[in-house]
This record gives sequence, structure tokens and C-alpha cells, in this order.
Amino acid sequence: MTYATQRTSVPVKVDEDKCIAQKGCTVCVDVCPLDVLAIDMVKGKAFMKYDECWYCLPCETDCPTGAVHVDIPYLLR
Amino acid sequence: MKTIEMETDVLVVGGGTAGPMAAVKAKEKNPKLKVMLLEKANVKRSGAISMGMDGLNNAVIDGHATPEQYTKEITVANDGIVNQKTVYAYASNSFKTIEQLDRWGVKFEKDETGDYAVRKVHHIGTYVLPMPEGHHMKKILYRQLKRARVEVVNRVVGTRILMDSEGKAAGLMGFDCRTGDFVVIRARAVILCCGAAGRLGLPTSGYLFGTYENPTNAGDGYAMAYHAGAELANLECFQINPLIKDYNGPACAYVTGPFGGYTANNRGERFIECDYWSGQMMWEFYQELQGGKGPVFLKLDHLAEETIADIETILHTNERPSRGRFHEGRGTNYRQKMIEMHISEIGFCSGHSASGVWVNERAETTVPGLYAAGDMASVPHNYMLGAFTYGWFAGENAATYVGESAIAAIDPAQIEAERARIAAPLGRTDGIPPSQLEYKLRRMANDYLQPPKVTRKMELGLERFGEIGEDIDHLTAADPHELMRAMEVQHIYDCALMATHASLFRQESRWGLYHYRVDYPERNDDEWFVHCHLRKTADGRMESIRRPVEPYILPLDEDEKTAYQRLRIVKQAATA
Repeated sequence: MTYATQRTSVPVKVDEDKCIAQKGCTVCVDVCPLDVLAIDMVKGKAFMKYDECWYCLPCETDCPTGAVHVDIPYLLR
Repeated sequence: MKTIEMETDVLVVGGGTAGPMAAVKAKEKNPKLKVMLLEKANVKRSGAISMGMDGLNNAVIDGHATPEQYTKEITVANDGIVNQKTVYAYASNSFKTIEQLDRWGVKFEKDETGDYAVRKVHHIGTYVLPMPEGHHMKKILYRQLKRARVEVVNRVVGTRILMDSEGKAAGLMGFDCRTGDFVVIRARAVILCCGAAGRLGLPTSGYLFGTYENPTNAGDGYAMAYHAGAELANLECFQINPLIKDYNGPACAYVTGPFGGYTANNRGERFIECDYWSGQMMWEFYQELQGGKGPVFLKLDHLAEETIADIETILHTNERPSRGRFHEGRGTNYRQKMIEMHISEIGFCSGHSASGVWVNERAETTVPGLYAAGDMASVPHNYMLGAFTYGWFAGENAATYVGESAIAAIDPAQIEAERARIAAPLGRTDGIPPSQLEYKLRRMANDYLQPPKVTRKMELGLERFGEIGEDIDHLTAADPHELMRAMEVQHIYDCALMATHASLFRQESRWGLYHYRVDYPERNDDEWFVHCHLRKTADGRMESIRRPVEPYILPLDEDEKTAYQRLRIVKQAATA
């Protein structure tokens, strides 16, 4: 079996200028109920790794620097 | 795949609403016990009240309501199929739970004299207590977990209950969704607080995670209890809710009703007397859509500016705060436009309907040492406050139980079998990704199980589910995260089968739209005034059985019996 890659516009956006993951912050990754966020170890920034969002907002609310913004997923908008 | 072994006295599975309460109360009951709270996400922000809650929907407060009256109303709202003892146990302890939450720092709305400001939403009684600042709920619970010294384990997904040789619950097996490690936890009592089965039907948006329930609540508790041999009750009484179309969150007539908001048809007219969620209410909602008077809306545009501003503040900061940006994207301002609603996908949830793992008034399931509380336990219409109250019962009773009961021998073969089942998707390089299997399974659940229920369709559904069941042996997972989805989809599969079996078994219609069977359109009290339970037989088959409805402790008056069957507004004929 072969697998196709499918591009997806993700609902969680991270402002890399504000994100302080490089300093060890993992708040958004920790609080996400669906565990869909991750830290890019090369860039030292948080990003949405899996498009499995409940648009519930803990990541945005709990981010200490206001770097995270959640849009309603495109299919629902 | 590494194996991590842990041990505790009381294991609570699920750190949402009922779980933290159960853990704290078990510890308070016996501080010497080790109490572990296991959570597949992080207890700081997990479960149905991840972002808090805007109010209590079933507060039984002296001066506004009595436990007797509440129990009778829920009996009627659930078409009589109720173990009144369980509802009465909730209602009698409801106020105690409110006082506990109040002491912990939860802010409830009070009037100028300091009394709780209770509002009327139900058909008969007055039970809704707003919590305009309810977004702090999870923080408050977390503080209590720390104070009680409960051991918290995050990001571990439970997949099966560990059983001893005498058929008692003896712990849990699962895995870490970050590392992929196999986890075995031995415990002397297990309390399941895993929430609803909210990922059963597919939302009409087609987005797998655009569900009404927090999608982490995939029916794990239902499936684990089933495989442990516990009986499940009233599964055919589906959860189907009236929600904001596409956004799939509650439009919130409970919040807006007391301010003057109401459910309206496309002419802006009221068509139901009461916005409280019941099968009958959903039936009228469905009729309105079928009769060409849809869409159905939540109407607020007639309210005064300051009222709407208050409503916005409550609804856009609690429970599902992202609804504000959803409305903004579609240009829906409550001042000018009604909020378009629709009928949700199906699920199991006792918090709103009655489909759950059977429990008695002590939160005990039919398996010794196994307790359940919250949305997944069978106490009907229990909502958040019922989850807290039954979590409390479960914690205290489990703490007492472990003092009296010892674990018998554990057959290591069950551990090895579960390790192999969990390891399988990670070991396959070729096969079906969980997201595709889940999409197909849930689409079929919509096609064949969404009411009105048709016998022939449900039989075909079983055929399709059977084929999908064979695909489970080909599931792949690229990493531990995807493994979580691969194991969840197997819980969803179990729930789909249970939903079909339970719906085919009850050959009558009851609970309005929740169990409307086209082939048996009438309610038949002579044959079906019973609970229908479902369980796994010793040889692994799914079996449905009838259980008599326990004798009422609070008999209903004649005029109460039909209160929820008269929800449609009857227009007076115009006089000439």
C-alpha cells in the first residue's frame, strides 16, 4: 500500500516571534486535550502537528506570551 | 515497546469532572490509601469542562426545588425507565456538592441577599444555577488534587481493565501516548470516569473532531466496562442534541432562556413549550425540520442591548468560548440575526440522556471493584453536578471497598494479549491509517443508526461494521500519537456495535427521537416498560437482556406522567 500526503490548512497558528518554546516553554503542548501540538526542535517553536482540533482554546488562553491563535477549522467555518 | 508497571490502591481513570472529585473524596475518606488519577490528556485542561461551564443545569436547592420533585421530573423526562433510587441519591446530595464547590471557590450567581439565583428551564421545576465565572472550574479542581496529594499521571490512555481470577477489577492496562510505552497499573479498585461516547456519529461538517463532546471522550469507558463484563444500560436511548449548526456546540437555551431567548422556527415562532433537552423535545425539533419549517434557530434578536451583552459575556468566555469567533466569521450578531441550529450526530451519554454503564446509587457497576461516574454512568440527565456527586459516591465507596477486599491471582496471559494488541498497529508498515477507518466507521454510523431507526438499515449497518471490524487487524500507527487514535477507533467500533444491538433489541419507540423505530412506532409499556441491558457473554458474544424497572420510591401523579409528551405549543383556533 502507498500513502498520499494531503495538505491541510490547520486551525492553530503560532506567532513565532512571540513563542518562547526555545526557552523551554511547553504550556500549549501540555494543555491541549487532543495532544495535537508539538515543539519543532530545530526552530524551537510550537506548531500544530495533527489536524485534530476541538477549537476549545486552552492553548491560546494559557500561552504566557499570547503567541497562539485558534481559528475555527476551515470545514466548520 | 517498554513495559511500565505501577501500583496503587484506588485508580481513577479520567481526570475531567467526576474523576478529580472521586480521587479527592477517596483520599479524604482514607488518607492512608494511595490514590492515582490517570488522564489521557492533562488534568489541567481535560474533559467536557476543559474551558469551564456556564452553570449548573440540575441544582436541587431548598426553597427552589426538592429532591422528590426533581426525581419525579427526571422520571417523566426519561419516559419512566428510571431507577429512581439513583436519581434520588443524586438529588438528595446535590446541594451538598454545591456547597463543597462553593467552599473550593467556584462562583455561583447569587441574588442581593446572598441566596443562590436559581432559574427555570425545565418543564416543571426550577434547577438552573448560572456560573458566569465558571471558566475557573478546572483550576479549582487541580488545586484540590494537589492539596489532597492525589498522584496524577497524564497522557496515559487506558484500553482494558485488568481482571483477577475471581472476576474482580484489579487495575488497568494501556499505553503512554507520548512514548508508546505499555503501561500496567495494578489497583484494588478502579473508578471509570471516561466521559461520553462522543465520537460515534460523524458531524455533518465531516470534521472528525468537530463533535459536541470533547473528542477525547471517544467511548473508552463504555468499551472498557463492556470487555470487563459489566452491564450497560439503555444504550438505545441515544444522545442527540440541538446544537449550533456546523460549530456543533450548544446554542445554550439554558443560559438564554431565563433572559427571554427561545427556540424558534424559520418564521421566528416558538414551537416548543420548554427548551430543556429531552427525547420529546428533539422529536418536535425534528418534526419542525421535516415539516418545512426549518431551520430551527435560537432567537435572541428581540432582547434588549444590555441583556444581549450579558449573554455574550457568558457564552463567549465559558464552556465553548470559540463560538464568538465562529459567529463573527458568519456575520451572526445576536442583535440582528437568529442563530441557526441543527440536530447533532448520535452518541452515548447519561449526562444528557440515559445511555451508560449501569451503576447503582453507590456508583458500583455489576463488576466487583469497578465503579463508574459522570457522563458514562447510567444515571439519567446527570449533567456536570451529577458527575461531581457520583464521583464523590464512587471515591468514598471505592475507598471503603479496598479496605475489605483483596486481589486474587492475575493471569499474566491477559497482560501479554493486551500488550500485543496495543503493539500491533505500531508494528505494521502497511495497512489502514486510523483516521480513514474512523471516518468510514462514523459515516456508516450516521447512515445506518441516526434516527428514525429502520430495522433493515440497522441490519445492513451490522454487515458494514463487520467488514470494518476485519480492517481493524490492518490498522497502522506511525507514532504513539497515531496509536492513540488507532486504539480509540476500536472503542468507537465497540460502541457502534453496542448502539446497533441495543437499538434492534427494544422493539418499540420511546424517548422521542432518541429511540424512534419506524417499524415499531408506538410506545409499548406492556412489553417494554423495562431497562434493556447489554453485556459480553463468557464466550465473547454481545447479549441484550431485560431488567425490570425498580419499583418507584416516588410514585407519579397522573398529570405529571404526560408532562413531557405535550411539549408542542398548541395554537388556539382563531375565533371568527
